[in-house]
Amino acid sequence: MGDVWGVLAHNTDLFVTGFANTIKLFLIASIGSLVLGTVLAMMRVSPVPILRVAGTAYVTVVRNTPLTLVLFFFAFAYPLLQIVQISFFAAACIGLTVYTTAFVCEVVRSGINTVNVGQAEASRALGMTFAQTLGSVVLPQAIRSVVPPLTSVQIALLKNTTIAAGFSVFEAGAIRDNLSERGEDVLVGLLWVAAGFLILVFPLTMLQRSLEWRWRVAR
Amino acid sequence: MTAVLFDVPGPRGVARNRLAGVLGSAVVLGVLGYVLYRFYDTGQFEGRLWSWLQYEQIQRDLIKALSSTLRAFAAGAVLALAFGAVFAAGRLSEHGWLRLPSVLVVEFFRAIPLLILIFLFYYGLPSAGVKMTPFMALVLGLMLYNGSVLAEVFRAGILSLPRGQSEAAYALGMRKTQVMTLVLLPQALRAMLPAIISQLVVLLKDTALGFLITYYELLRYAQNIGGSFQFGRPLIPVFIVVSSIYITLCLLLTWLATYLESRNRRSKRIPAGRGPTELAPEQPPLVIIPAGDATL
Repeated sequence: MGDVWGVLAHNTDLFVTGFANTIKLFLIASIGSLVLGTVLAMMRVSPVPILRVAGTAYVTVVRNTPLTLVLFFFAFAYPLLQIVQISFFAAACIGLTVYTTAFVCEVVRSGINTVNVGQAEASRALGMTFAQTLGSVVLPQAIRSVVPPLTSVQIALLKNTTIAAGFSVFEAGAIRDNLSERGEDVLVGLLWVAAGFLILVFPLTMLQRSLEWRWRVAR
Repeated sequence: MTAVLFDVPGPRGVARNRLAGVLGSAVVLGVLGYVLYRFYDTGQFEGRLWSWLQYEQIQRDLIKALSSTLRAFAAGAVLALAFGAVFAAGRLSEHGWLRLPSVLVVEFFRAIPLLILIFLFYYGLPSAGVKMTPFMALVLGLMLYNGSVLAEVFRAGILSLPRGQSEAAYALGMRKTQVMTLVLLPQALRAMLPAIISQLVVLLKDTALGFLITYYELLRYAQNIGGSFQFGRPLIPVFIVVSSIYITLCLLLTWLATYLESRNRRSKRIPAGRGPTELAPEQPPLVIIPAGDATL
């Protein structure tokens, strides 16, 4: 079990770059999945059947595919299709976004379903269009019940970024690789990585719990 | 549920929706068509790339890979359920010295990425003198992570029952164990079932992480066959086959959940005029997956 602090002190560069890239991956995929997931949720509740079918098909396929497989596709199989060549980092961003979008969509959709029917009916009675009903009446209320579970999805995304390490992206999950090349104690290094994640995840969990408690909707 | 957001459209609405439908179909078909065209253009549909499917040895390997995925899933599921039950009981315990460690263990394993956990077992422990096979490391990781999530699911399920249930059982003179096993668990299990199965789907998907620690499962198989020059490097055809296997397995599990749910709902219907129905809550409260766990 060698020098516990030494592993961290001698390899600060690895840990800093690793976690910086993890956070970068997380932020890009987080924003991408939130935007696309909301769009997909709107497709799934829209009056146009083809959009509903497309949305449902996407969610069913992606939700039942392991993330490792999605990343595998974008890292190894996608280049064979010769569309636009992308870096491994971009491939990981796309893979994580594609995967998380399906879960964000489901959360937003179930949030929309928690809004009382009367709300939508009243706004329709006022002559609002579908877009107005959704945008000014339903979504603002749905957000309250959506935000806590959305935070869980984002926490899971943060933890999932580690899988990109298996596909040539240098982030927190890949620190181990470089540590063993430098001949450092891998066990201690991995424990430090775990500690890093505890530090990153804990505030998010706290935020989520307080939101859950404060925004509990009395219906 | 969707009809909530819009009225039955009038003539102009119908026209507008139809236009949106046409545009939507154009976009969807366009995207699909482009992808298929790329598949076709790069020769993914050529017979040569699919010829590997005909070889018996390769079929046998596929079965082997599938069975090792399923083996990791089965072992992980059983152990995670047991782990979850033990630690849920620990968190619900009246003794602080049992509750505190259980809380710490569950929170710890939920906050750490599963992959890091698996790496810890596979790459980390050897430097402390413990060697593990990829299978053991994978199953241990699956057990600890999913077990911790399941512990929370179990706890939430038990807590979601009306307090009167346990109070009545205690009033009848039952012991704590009896209250739990005879009264609370049978009711809570029904409410928890969907949440449990969706966590098992997650566990099944997570077995693919074994790929990253050289466990020979479906994804590793895909990489091996997909890279072989003998068949013209059929990575995409193999990928299509493997991902449809995963999707089928997960959908089967989900279908099982829906089936069990509908069966439960049927069995709880109380025939009219058979005692006061308010004693048995018609619909058990839905188990809300506790903080910090999205099932993905």
